[in-house]
Parts: sequence; structure tokens; C-alpha cells
Amino acid sequence: MSEYAESDTNGASVGMVEKQFFTFADAFAPMRLESGVSFGPVTLAYETLGTLTPEKDNAILILHALSGDSHMAGYYRPEDSKPGWWDLMIGPGKGIDTDKYFVICANILGSCMGSTGPSSLNPTTGKPYGLDFPVVTVGDMVTAQKALIDHLGISKLCSVIGGSIGGMQVLEWTLRYPDMVKSAVPLATTARHSALAIAFNEISRQSIMADPNWNKGNYYGGNKPDLGLAVARMIGHVTYLSDESMRRKFGRRLQDKSDFSFHFDADFQVESYLRYQGKKFVERFDANSFLYITKAADYFDLENQHGGGSTSKAFAKAKAKFLIVSFTSDWLYPTYQSKALVQAMKKNSLDVSFCEIEAEWGHDAFLLPNDRLSNLLKGFLERISHEK
Amino acid sequence: MRFDLKLIASWIEPGAKVLDLGCGEGDLLLYLREQKKVCGTGIEQDEAEVAECIAKGLSVLQGDLNQEIHDYPKKAFDYVILSQTLQQVYEPDILISGLLRIGKKVIVSFPNFSHWSIRLQILLTGYAPKNQQLPYDWYNTPNIRVITMKDFRKFTRKLGYKIIKETAINTHYQDRHGSIIKFLPNLFATYGIFMIEK
Repeated sequence: MSEYAESDTNGASVGMVEKQFFTFADAFAPMRLESGVSFGPVTLAYETLGTLTPEKDNAILILHALSGDSHMAGYYRPEDSKPGWWDLMIGPGKGIDTDKYFVICANILGSCMGSTGPSSLNPTTGKPYGLDFPVVTVGDMVTAQKALIDHLGISKLCSVIGGSIGGMQVLEWTLRYPDMVKSAVPLATTARHSALAIAFNEISRQSIMADPNWNKGNYYGGNKPDLGLAVARMIGHVTYLSDESMRRKFGRRLQDKSDFSFHFDADFQVESYLRYQGKKFVERFDANSFLYITKAADYFDLENQHGGGSTSKAFAKAKAKFLIVSFTSDWLYPTYQSKALVQAMKKNSLDVSFCEIEAEWGHDAFLLPNDRLSNLLKGFLERISHEK
Repeated sequence: MRFDLKLIASWIEPGAKVLDLGCGEGDLLLYLREQKKVCGTGIEQDEAEVAECIAKGLSVLQGDLNQEIHDYPKKAFDYVILSQTLQQVYEPDILISGLLRIGKKVIVSFPNFSHWSIRLQILLTGYAPKNQQLPYDWYNTPNIRVITMKDFRKFTRKLGYKIIKETAINTHYQDRHGSIIKFLPNLFATYGIFMIEK
């Protein structure tokens, strides 16, 4: 997920919002991870917008992608230059209308944006976990989110919506807790990573681990593996764009010069852009979290985890009504992967809608201004909230 | 709503499960849901029309109907509707047999090529016919099949399917109004509508 988020012309901003925290799984009742490890305590940072109805039937759970956080819309402080990551979509009168719905977004387990992750303090040692943090899966992230939803007293979610790794969590929700999910919107996502997606993640991880500062994950309090993380971010960023969007945005234009430097400075605009994105990312993200979350995404495999090797068997458990959206230029999670989901759902006679949105901006299209996506979500949610 | 769609809607039992192929902007599905509490799904190729349908709160899939029908279980629908599309299909026999696998009943409508005005055009002008129902030239038409009502009856007989209902219609005013043709339908109808089963 990259660094978009501009203010929106449709609808209004939710205004000031507040980060909240929920802690569960103490030493007596730890969280059981998919790897078999017992773990706790776990804290999730989260944000809620709108008002829960007395019937508690208007809750929507938003699930963020790799580098996102619980700050989905609005501003923490009046002086903030940017709103939350999906401010375009969430707010009064917007695609996900906070006048109608109670919208929840939690930061994922393993992240570094307020939830328990490798940079958190290990209560038994008093030091950051580092690589002592257990390997977590998308299923574990969803189990943790479920604890939060229980804590909020919600027994059935009106919808679960997310893109990319957030979309994987959406799919996992519909299979792990089918009775809790009335509808689901997996955007620009897949039931399992392709070799291509795993390959890019591995190159990113290798770049972090090759940084001399990484020190087997034990770098807290010293120099961080910022160069490795910046390169990892550059790799990710390229996979979120498309040939067309890069050609249009940068072409072969040079950055602040009329000729090549004949050094290894950033000559091309695209080089300078990637360096800037990498630099900005290391200011806010933890390298170990990047390792853990990308690994969780690579491990994710609905076919094997829920269907004994078959996607259609996996979806036999699902009860939600689905809206699946892919984007034409997304080469990280291409449309054929969304269509495989649609196919499995049809075989199980599930209610599924699917649209492949024409967009030049690659995988990141779901984060960019898009009236079509807003209207799709608005109409779909409207129907779901009226249906039993 | 188009007159032929109104007629098709009148054939559908309330509360039925319906698949509308080539559903366009979802007029029929919306009508069926509101008037007959039908549980409907559509398949449409055009992205803008699919988006329009979903924004209206309909359940619609974007895709090629020839491909998309294969994934549904047997008899998943009470009715499968193929309105004004058969004339554009490459392998109508394969498609219809696929539709009869996933639907208990299949409703098919198409422009009737043996309308008297079409016969007369060929006879008098010697050019490939063009009219309101078939508005294209021979070189740019998506309508690759020439079907008459008689042809369709012969086709279903040959494949061993039963015609449960059939109606011939003549439409006017941008296809929104029309009348049912009882006298010499093969000559006087602009569209034929058939309901078939295995």
C-alpha cells in the first residue's frame, strides 16, 4: 500500500478521530497461534467512526494492507497534513458512509503502528521482541480482530472490507467466522500468492536481512536497517504501480538536470521518487514488522488451509454475500486470481458480484480517487443493510 | 422497461431464482426483485453496465456469458434468461444445453428474421436487410446468426428440448410498448420469445 490519501470532493471528512487500544490474552488465557505457540498479551490499536445502532447491526470492519494502520479516515490533530489512509472512501456521504455505518479499523497483529509486534516490549525480558516474536499468519491476525469485535459487543458484522493483504483477511474472516459476516468485499486480492508475489516479498526480506544494521532482528536502541528497509519499500512500490502509470508519471525524465551525471546519483525522476518513498517509509515503519507481515501474506493459502487443496471446497463454509473487485492494470494480484474466487463462490451457490474496474494505476488503484469504486461500495452496502 | 422484458417478467413465478444473461443495466432484474421478490443474478460483459447494476444493489458478475455459466451447480436457477443475445452467439447449441444444465427453465428471445419487412427488403432492394431490430450493416453487425421463429422451433425439436411457452411480439416506441402477434407470427412478429426445458 503506498502513500496516497488526498482529501475527497465527495462527502465530508469525519474530522477529528482518536486512536484507541484493546488488550487481551493474558498469561492465564494466552492466544493460541496457528503455529501452535501460545502468545500474549496482545494489544490492538483501533479506530471507530460513526455510531453503532442499538441493534448493533451496522458495523463494518475495515482491514488494512501491509503498511497501513488503524487510522482509516479523518485527522488525529488539526495540524495533520494528511488524513487517514482511506479518507477518500470513508466519511459522511462517502462510499462507506459514517452517517449510516459504525466503521471499525484495527491495526494488524505483528505491525508496528500501535499493535503488538516485533518492536513491542516483551514483558518477560523487558526488551523488544525482535525475532523472538512468533511468526503470525493472516488467520492469527483475524483471530485477534475477532477478539476486538467481541469486546465491542458485536455478534454480526454488516460487512468486512479490505484490499490486498486486507482482502486476504476479509476472505479469512468469511471462512473462520462465517456466522459473523453478513457481507464481504475483497478488493485487489487473492486466495494465495503467486510465485511472482512471493518472489518480490523474498527480495524485499533479503534486502532487509542483508543490511549490516539488521543484526538478526536485534537492532532496537541502535542503528536500524534503514537502507535495507528503504530498498524493500522501493521494490514493493514498483509492484503496486504499473508499466502504464510509471510511463505516464515519470517516463525517462531526468530529475533537476539536463543531462546524465555519470555518477550513481538519482538521474531519472523515477529513481529520485523511489528514493524518496523509501526514505519516508523508514521514518514510520519497523523492518522486522515488514518481515513478519510479508511472510504471513506468503503463507496465506485458502485452498490448503480451508479446502484441502480446493478453493471451492474452502468456500463451502462461507455464508457471506460477496462483492469482489479487481483492477485491470494490477499485475501483483491480477484479475484471474479474483475470478478464481468468483468461480469457487459460484460453485457453492454463494451470492457474489464481481467487477473488474478499468484503471491504469496498478495494484494501488483501490487507494486512489475512484467514483466507480465508491458507487459500487455504496450500492452494495445499501442492499446488504436492507437484506436479512 | 422494454416490452419484451415486461413479457418475460410476466412468465416468472414470484420468489424464483433467476439468472439474467447479458443483463445490461439490470432493468429486468430490478423489476423482478421489486415486483416479484425474485432472487436474481446477472452476467454482463460491459464494465460500466456491471458497475451500474451493483450500484443499484443488484448481484451481478462481469464476464463472458459463454464462460461464466459453467461454474454454477446443476439446476442452480429456476429460470435462466437469454434475451436478444442468441443471434450473437457462436455456438448456440452448446450455450443452450449449458443453460438447461444450470436452469430448470430457459427463456430465450431474439429478433425474428422472417418478418415480412425483412423478406421484402431482400426481395425488392437486393441488400442485406436493416431495420429497427437489426440496425447494423453486414460488415459491423454483432448479429452473426439469422434466426426465425420457425427455425428456433426446429432447433429445439432437433436437440430434444420441449417448448413450454412461446410468444411472438411486435414492438414500437423505442421497444417500450408493443403487442402480441397471434396471426402468422413468423411473418408479423419482430421478436420471438420462447420458454424451453429439457
